[in-house]
Formats: sequence, C-alpha cells, structure tokens
Amino acid sequence: MKSVLPVLTVVGVIMLVWVVSVVPMNMHLTADQAQRDGLAVTPDTPAARQNVSSVALALKNTHLIGATYGLERPRLPSPHQVGAELWDTVFDKKITSRRSLVYHGWVTLSATLLGFAIGTGLGILLAVGIVYNKAMDMSVMPWAIASQTIPILALAPMIIVMLGAIGVQGILPKAIISAYLSFFPVVVGMVKGLRSPDGMQLDLLRTYNASGAQGFWKLRLPASVPYLFASLKIGISASLVGAIVAELPTGARAGFGARMLVGDQYGQPIVTWAALFAAAITAAALVGLFSLLERLTLRRMGMVQA
Amino acid sequence: MSQPTTIHAQRLNLTFETNDGPVHALQDVNLEIKKGDFVSFIGPSGCGKTTFLRCMAGLETPTSGEITVNGMTPEEARRARAYGYVFQAAGLYPWRTIGGNIRLPLEIMGFDKADQAERVKRVLELVDLAGFEKKFPWQLSGGMQQRASIARALAFDADILLMDEPFGALDEIVRDHLNEQLLQLWARTEKTIGFVTHSIPEAVYLSTKIVVMSPRPGRITDVIESPLPKDRPLDIRDTPEFIEIAHRVRDGLRAGHADV
Repeated sequence: MKSVLPVLTVVGVIMLVWVVSVVPMNMHLTADQAQRDGLAVTPDTPAARQNVSSVALALKNTHLIGATYGLERPRLPSPHQVGAELWDTVFDKKITSRRSLVYHGWVTLSATLLGFAIGTGLGILLAVGIVYNKAMDMSVMPWAIASQTIPILALAPMIIVMLGAIGVQGILPKAIISAYLSFFPVVVGMVKGLRSPDGMQLDLLRTYNASGAQGFWKLRLPASVPYLFASLKIGISASLVGAIVAELPTGARAGFGARMLVGDQYGQPIVTWAALFAAAITAAALVGLFSLLERLTLRRMGMVQA
Repeated sequence: MSQPTTIHAQRLNLTFETNDGPVHALQDVNLEIKKGDFVSFIGPSGCGKTTFLRCMAGLETPTSGEITVNGMTPEEARRARAYGYVFQAAGLYPWRTIGGNIRLPLEIMGFDKADQAERVKRVLELVDLAGFEKKFPWQLSGGMQQRASIARALAFDADILLMDEPFGALDEIVRDHLNEQLLQLWARTEKTIGFVTHSIPEAVYLSTKIVVMSPRPGRITDVIESPLPKDRPLDIRDTPEFIEIAHRVRDGLRAGHADV
C-alpha cells in the first residue's frame, strides 16, 4: 500500500503531459474545422496558419482551445475520448460484434496463450538439453540469442506467408510468432535455475548415490521454480506483443493488431489508441496473474516466508 | 578390546592439477580408524583435512595409494550406504519441510513409506527436534538447521558419520551445546565419526583420536590417542589432562607450520 502515492504521482504526471499535449497537437486541425464551421480564426487562411507554430496559434485563438479536446479525428485523442471508446467497445457492444474489443481481445489472447504454452514448453526442453548435454550447451545458446536479434517485425510476415504456403493458417502462425518471442526468456531463466544448486548440494546427492533422474526431479527442477516464474512473467508479455505483431502485416481481420491497423488506415486514431490501451491492460493483467501464481506457488513450496 | 578396522589409508597421495602447477593436497597419508572411534582432523586451511574426508566418501579420487572403508573401496562403500555426510552448511532444501529433508535420502534409497515415517520420527528425536517435522528450514535457527542435517545423515543407518566442519558457521554457545549433544548421540548410536575442524578445544573435547595435519603438502604430523574418558561433561575442558592434550595439538600445529 505504501506504493500507492508514488504510483498515482507518476500516473498523474503522465496524464498531465498527455492533456497539455492535446492542445498543440490538435490546434491546426481544430482551426481548420472552426473556419469551415464559420467561426473567426486568426490568421484566417490555412496557408497562413501553416507558418504559425501550434502554441502561437493556440494563444491567438484561445476560444478554440476547448475544441481541441473534441475532434472526431484528432491527431492526439484526449484521455476522455480514449476512455469513452474503450468503455463503448468493451462494455456496450455485444462480445460477438466485430466492433467489440472483447471479441478482438479474445482473438489475440487465444493466440497469445497458445504461443506462450508452446514457447514455454520449448524453452524448458531446450534448457534441460543445455544443462544435461555438452553439445547442446555449446551449440544452442548462440542460436537462441541470435534468434532474438532479428526484428520480429521483419520476420513475422515471412513466417506467416511461408506457413500459409504450406496450408497453416488461422491461430497457429500467430501462436508460432508468440512462441518465438516467449521461448527465449524461459531458456535463459531455466538454464540459470537448473544450474542454481551449488556443489555442496550436488555432492550431497552423490553421497546418497542418487541417479541423474533423481537429481533432476528432486533437486534441479524444484530449485529452478523461482527462476521459471521470473521468466514466465517476461514471456507472457512478449507473447502478447508477438501475437499483435503477427496481426499487423497480414491484414488480419480480428485481434488487437487488426484494430490498430483499422484505426490507422481509416484515420480513426481513437480506435487505434483504444486498442493500444486494451492491449496494455491485457498485458498488465496477465503479468499480474503470473505474479499471483508465483506468490501462491512459492508460498506453498515453503520458499518464501509467509 | 580390539575393534575391527573401519577406515584404512595407506600411502595416500592426491595431487590437484591447477593453473599454477600441481597442488599436493595429500602426501603419504597413513591412517587407521577403528570401529566406534571419534576421529578429529585438525589443521590450518589447505592442510588437506577436508580432502581426506572427501576421499573416504569417494567424492575425490586419490592419485595414488590405497584407502578402504569397511574393507571396500570408497565407491563400493557409498553404494553400500556405509556413511552419512554432513557439510559445513546445513544445505536443507528450502522447498522441503524438515521431515521432507530427512526423507530425501530415504526416498532416493527406496525405503518404503511407513519405514520412512518411522525413521524420520526416530532421528528427529535423536537430535532433539521432535515436533519440528512440518516446519520449513527458514523457520529454524542455524543450529537447529545443522541438527536437522545431522538427522538427515543418520536417517539411513550408516555406521560411519563424516562431518566437514559442521559447526564452523555457528557461534560458540550454540557450538558448545551441539558438541555436547553430538557426544551423547555418538555414545547412543556407537557410530564411527570423522570430524573436520579447526578448533583445538572442539577437537580435544570430542575425539578419541586427534589427527593433526599441516599444509603444503597436506600431511599428517601427529596422531594423538586421547586418554579422556568416554563420558565428558563440558567442564572437562578445565582439567589438566584436557589442557595437556590441547597443548600437544597446538605444538603439532606449530611444528607443521615451522618447517613450511
């Protein structure tokens, strides 16, 4: 609870910057609109206004400042416009409607979760291989790191086109891009976690003449659980980004990515912004969910002091 | 009374190859430990006392020479569950309860469930931790954790207990208490104990046999058979006999140091 004030302060500052920025960002558009509506504007031609800075224009036309917050197609939507759009598309539309963000959210979320499951599974398998196999230890990690240096934005369309060519469509290509982004933190975290038992703990198992499998199930795997959760929290948000990115270049018709694209292409920034916020809220909720799971699991395992 | 030999080391050498050249961790070590002995290994760091203990446990392989445990090689002895090993840190698994930690070797060795439960109860009583079975390690003090780790080493009835500075990280008061308890435990269980320490009073108080070692190369400089009675209250440390043995240990350590 001690963090409430600092968090609210940061949110407040961000909102303030946002609210203040709306005026200069939208001033020229507002002036043009006002003139078409027959209001007095100084300077009175669009060409003349081009030579005046946004701030100066606002100071010369103080009666128009209020209108910058209510444009239908603003350059920068105001917070209340984004909020109203979010409310409308989340709560007031039927969830089966193409205008419902819940519908689009589920499309993206399902690909995210599938991709996350694939990525996590793959990541754990690779980590076990790296820890137990010398050849994999030497060979896999450099490739895993290299895979993350390629911009996913460049890779995503290629993956989707190639998978499409062999008949793989729908949720799977998106899930694969999600998995591509989420396996990496799991590999890194699990390798560190599986290697976290020290020499003394390994020696102890040797004195019991324990088998390799017993060492894995009784020592290495439980010891890696805290590391796994740290990775899962990074992995789930990377998965969501992957699913959205996968929707962007392909003209997907549903999903947060599709919503952002629609807003962009049809000049409806409010739609884009609402989709952005919905995606951010979804990511925060997912990470929050995993934090909760982490706390419950570690407490149950006795690894945190309750 | 002549007890059978438990551990027999003959002309034991162990050399570690390091970047700075070979390190003679053990040189020409000869030692015989009888069943039921309490043997302390004392010496400055680098004298090979821990290395020797690890050789007995089969955790290190000697470069040359011979060592047998109960007449077997250390590897065979390990497979026969001849010894329990206690490390300097308790090393309890934080995700297992105290009972779960003591069950660990029993699970690995395949004891059945009922037997496990019975043994856990028995060794917890032996180290005075009855009632702590369901607690997690972080809920116990350092001394209690170390006692739990001793219980873990006792659970599968090995007749040798190897202890590598088990109380080194504990404060003096806790240490005295644990030393007293360890002697009682030894008297009750009649185990053979190998005990590494760098505390002279601890070595003299506990042992029937004190092995003084010196470094570079690691070797035995003196073996002292203690004349103290088996039954030792803490205030035996103020008797002339005790002080005399302590003196001899100190001389041995100093001699080992002088000819470096």
